[in-house]
Amino acid sequence: MTPQASSKFETAASPNPPEPKPHEGGLDPKIRSTHLDFFYGAYHALHDINLDVHSNKVTAFIGPSGCGKSTFLRTMNRMYETIKSTRVQGQILLDNENILEMEVSHLRRRVGMVFQRPNPFPKSIFDNVAYGPKINGMVSRSGMAERVEQSLRRAALWEEVKDKLHKSAFDLSGGQQQRLCIARALAVDPEVLLLDEPCSALDPIATAKIEELLFQVKHNCTVVIVTHNMQQAARVADYTGFFLLGKLVEFDSTEVIFKTPKVKATEDYITGRFG
Amino acid sequence: MPTQLRHFDQELEQLKSKLLAMSALVESAVYRSITAVVQKDRKLAEEVLQNEARVNRLEIEVDDQAISLLALQQPMAGDLRLITSALKINNDLERMGDLAVNIAQRALALIEEPTIQPAIDIPHIGALVQNMVRKALDSFVAKDAELAQSVLSSDDAVDSLRTAFFHELISFMQREPSHIPQGLNLLSIVRNLERIADHATNIAEDVLYYVKGIDVRHHAEAIAGMAREPRA
Repeated sequence: MTPQASSKFETAASPNPPEPKPHEGGLDPKIRSTHLDFFYGAYHALHDINLDVHSNKVTAFIGPSGCGKSTFLRTMNRMYETIKSTRVQGQILLDNENILEMEVSHLRRRVGMVFQRPNPFPKSIFDNVAYGPKINGMVSRSGMAERVEQSLRRAALWEEVKDKLHKSAFDLSGGQQQRLCIARALAVDPEVLLLDEPCSALDPIATAKIEELLFQVKHNCTVVIVTHNMQQAARVADYTGFFLLGKLVEFDSTEVIFKTPKVKATEDYITGRFG
Repeated sequence: MPTQLRHFDQELEQLKSKLLAMSALVESAVYRSITAVVQKDRKLAEEVLQNEARVNRLEIEVDDQAISLLALQQPMAGDLRLITSALKINNDLERMGDLAVNIAQRALALIEEPTIQPAIDIPHIGALVQNMVRKALDSFVAKDAELAQSVLSSDDAVDSLRTAFFHELISFMQREPSHIPQGLNLLSIVRNLERIADHATNIAEDVLYYVKGIDVRHHAEAIAGMAREPRA
């Protein structure tokens, strides 16, 4: 094909656009990390990470403990700032805006996070979800009930809690509490949802519910998940990145990573021959 | 990883060795059926018929073990490609075994009959097909993508030999209608040989997927490329 013809084919008007390849340009990424290095004091935890997180996709990071996957996740909403003497070099952009220079509460409203252990506030189910919209002044008092219902529905929890919204969040099971935390994160309409091993404290049924809701959530939110469970990455992610010793070894569509990885270290890790 | 094989690797090795046992049986069935035709050897033809049950048994064992590994180990990447390829190769081998049985039956039918002139082409076609089968199976054992690729190119040669053979056979039968019964047996033998070559080609394609992760069937790469390319 001639270069002219090829550029004609790549116009945005195409009815069947090619899947964006990681860091190949084309569609604007939701988050773009360029030459990102991260330090805990003198410890060099991330080395030259270059990666695009695509809009409305689920991106998973896998790798052995201490490989830097959670650290990298935490650069996306600067959660590392809670730890002393951390330092970032390079660039990380959210819709082409420099994350490192954004006002942090504004950043964290746009980039929400759910942690490994469910951490509901010691409040009612309703107040847990209403908390974010309320302090951000996003919703009127009359609109709050609707916002809470909508968020609980997006987190696939509504049917289970609709009759006990004013009970304590601690009355819920672990899996329900984690979905409540997801509902709480979604209530402020984040553009990106970061999940740091969200199912590692949950049983398989609760895990399946969370995985299932991610397929819905990604319609209006970009999802990034760190997981120790490779099967989980294979099931839910559109893209998967494999980290090892602070480096991004391979990043590609999940199908490529799990069917035909290109780097031997990735193959060794996902087939359990690592080390 | 310690030098001792993991349990999963041991099971993969078992699967491979079962598949290899099956390959050896089928390769020998193909060899015997062709030789039975060429040398009019009743014993060889009967051995092919007798061995069919063993091939069938192994087919079930290989399938069963591969499906268990898929269900219980959730294999990924190279392991996944090995197991799915093993399932398909298993299927091809079993079909090749059946086709060898068909040839052996025709060989038995031809033993008492006088040899007709077009039969002189059978050893050549047979050797070509046997060579393809051997190369396809060797490429699996050695994980040799180049050898697998060479099988794909041989398939066209077998197809054109078959076409030439059919033309010649038809004119022979027109000239010598009294030999039509032998002619029909030869026709069936060559058709079965050509199908064995097709299955060897399938196996070579599976080996390419297993080793390289590429799909070469029906020009699949080109088709996928077209699907990815936006329409103008």
